[in-house]
Amino acid sequence: MELLIASIMTMMTAATPLVFAATGELVSEKSGVLNLGVEGMMLIGAVFGFAAVTLTGTPLAGLLVGSLSGLLAALIFAVLTLTLLSNQVATGLALTIFGTGLSALVGLDYVGETIVQIRAVHLPVLSDLPIVGRLLFGHDPLVYLAIVILGLSGWFLKHTRWGMILRAVGDSDGSAHAIGYPVIAIRYAAVAFGGAMAGLGGAYLSLVYTPLWAENMTAGRGWIALALVVFASWRPSRVLLGAILFGGITILQLNAQAAGFGIPGAFMSMLPYIATIVVLVLISRDPIRIRLNAPACLGRPFRAER
Amino acid sequence: MLVLEARATQSATAAWLSPLLAMVLTALTGAVIFLAMGKTPGIALYIYFVEPLTSWSGLSEVAVKAGPLILIGIGLSLGFRAGVWNIGAEGQFIAGALLGSAPAVYFYDSVNPLILPAMLAMGVLGGMGWAAIPAFLKTRFNANEILVSLMLVYVAELLLVHLVQGPWRNPQGWGFPGTRMFPDVALLPMLFPGYRVHLGTLIAMAVPLLAWFVLTKSRFGFQVQVFGSAPLAARHAGINNHRMVWTTLLISGGLAGLAGVMEAASTIGQLMPKISPGYGFTAIIVAFLGRLHPVGVALAGTAIAVTYIGGEGAQISAGLPKAVTGLFQGIILFYLLAFDLLTRYRLVRIRRGERAA
Repeated sequence: MELLIASIMTMMTAATPLVFAATGELVSEKSGVLNLGVEGMMLIGAVFGFAAVTLTGTPLAGLLVGSLSGLLAALIFAVLTLTLLSNQVATGLALTIFGTGLSALVGLDYVGETIVQIRAVHLPVLSDLPIVGRLLFGHDPLVYLAIVILGLSGWFLKHTRWGMILRAVGDSDGSAHAIGYPVIAIRYAAVAFGGAMAGLGGAYLSLVYTPLWAENMTAGRGWIALALVVFASWRPSRVLLGAILFGGITILQLNAQAAGFGIPGAFMSMLPYIATIVVLVLISRDPIRIRLNAPACLGRPFRAER
Repeated sequence: MLVLEARATQSATAAWLSPLLAMVLTALTGAVIFLAMGKTPGIALYIYFVEPLTSWSGLSEVAVKAGPLILIGIGLSLGFRAGVWNIGAEGQFIAGALLGSAPAVYFYDSVNPLILPAMLAMGVLGGMGWAAIPAFLKTRFNANEILVSLMLVYVAELLLVHLVQGPWRNPQGWGFPGTRMFPDVALLPMLFPGYRVHLGTLIAMAVPLLAWFVLTKSRFGFQVQVFGSAPLAARHAGINNHRMVWTTLLISGGLAGLAGVMEAASTIGQLMPKISPGYGFTAIIVAFLGRLHPVGVALAGTAIAVTYIGGEGAQISAGLPKAVTGLFQGIILFYLLAFDLLTRYRLVRIRRGERAA
């Protein structure tokens, strides 16, 4: 029982960075922009967030700096793809390569450093309840923040005026422009939000999950977040489900490695990546579902003719 | 005011000018970065971009590094032209090195010279096999080849680590991860005594010529061109979408696999937990910087190889971290993508109140 509760708790911490990054990417993609730079933005958020905590000693500063640096990285992408009309796939890859290099360089001074940790919340009475107390009220604050942001994003996209405009921009940029909506400005905002969330997800990894800085520490989580958006068929509610699923697989393979079933550790470590492929295949083999849910203008550059 | 006006056809001048401009601006940005790090920009830039070209050993090292970049870059550029985004070349490189090295690992005391051609062939097959997975999943299940090929990079890396720590580990290696050293017959011959340039470097230099010939003279080359620039027209002309995905992925995977086995069978001479300094990802930059054109890829691969060697030199002589090289690679691609605007649009000055036509 104790092991199960502990597993569920760590599963949530494994899912949280994915929830942050995938929520941001989902909003960006809903506006019609495919940003393949998630991995790079997460690394940038992770290293700058870590650096900020080391320098200031306050975890909050790390989270703010982490998301802000992710946002700034996303703005480079936005200027190139939205203003200079570059290819979104190529630019996203460039952002990931850039982020990998920049974070490795900045992080040199921080390898092996330890930091002030963010502690789990503790509510009087509630957190002390048997079993449910810890499962519901015993996580670190960012687990809740991720879920709240995801919920708010879903609500924003579905029920607010600007959310609908954002979706319209992603589904039919030409018409949205003709009606008079600022297509490019909305996409800038969506990409910036995506960057801030990826940065926050990265900062979560280096500040809470590990908590330390190591080169390339995201280990493909940015790409898994991209796959999660497809898995979720661009619906926020399913992002959470997918992230928990991947968090579960990560914890499962870690536990299995510790238990040692005679399966080499490397093969267990492959599981999250192989699971991503399997999930992609299962979702993508239904082309109608993809076509119905994917934003119609995803990845297409837009330039207003007068 | 200045506005953008679409060009009727892509500007050839701008297409060749933008990589050069990107390189110059990257160097300037590098100067600023070096200054910020407290180094003398002039000296650092010299070490990075010029010094590797001033000695025979430097040139030899550049050629050795350029080999895999060009091989992989050529394959990727074919796919990118056709709109097939294989970004998992790093995984195909490792898969090629793994399968291709198997004969040298199992017949470690072999003296049969046929082992080398067998290894090269198996390396190609290994890369192809790894690339066949995204090709199959794309054509059969419509799964995104970007994500699938990328996930397989991590799988290949873990497989390599497992093999060199476990079943393939050198029993006389004091427990260090890594295979036995390959027998002499399993190593690509060196071209000049004292330098590391090897037969694989020559093969890599020949591939762009072959690719150029295929692109301009063959039916397949024509199809690739049409497919990338006008997919709809291509479909009407009867060019098969699935076959294009398969062919470009198999070619790029095979070339990456060849690069992988040649790296193992030359400068490294064994398999280790890490056999690539990110060739598969850097080759993406090489492909774009080379304008997806075989000659361009050969030039770009050489240029990027200079920064690799320069980076190593800078680490030794100026104490500059190796990570700077990776940062440069990202920056150069950013600049390139920004300048690409000028190949498709031109800046025109219009007076207030007047509309661009």
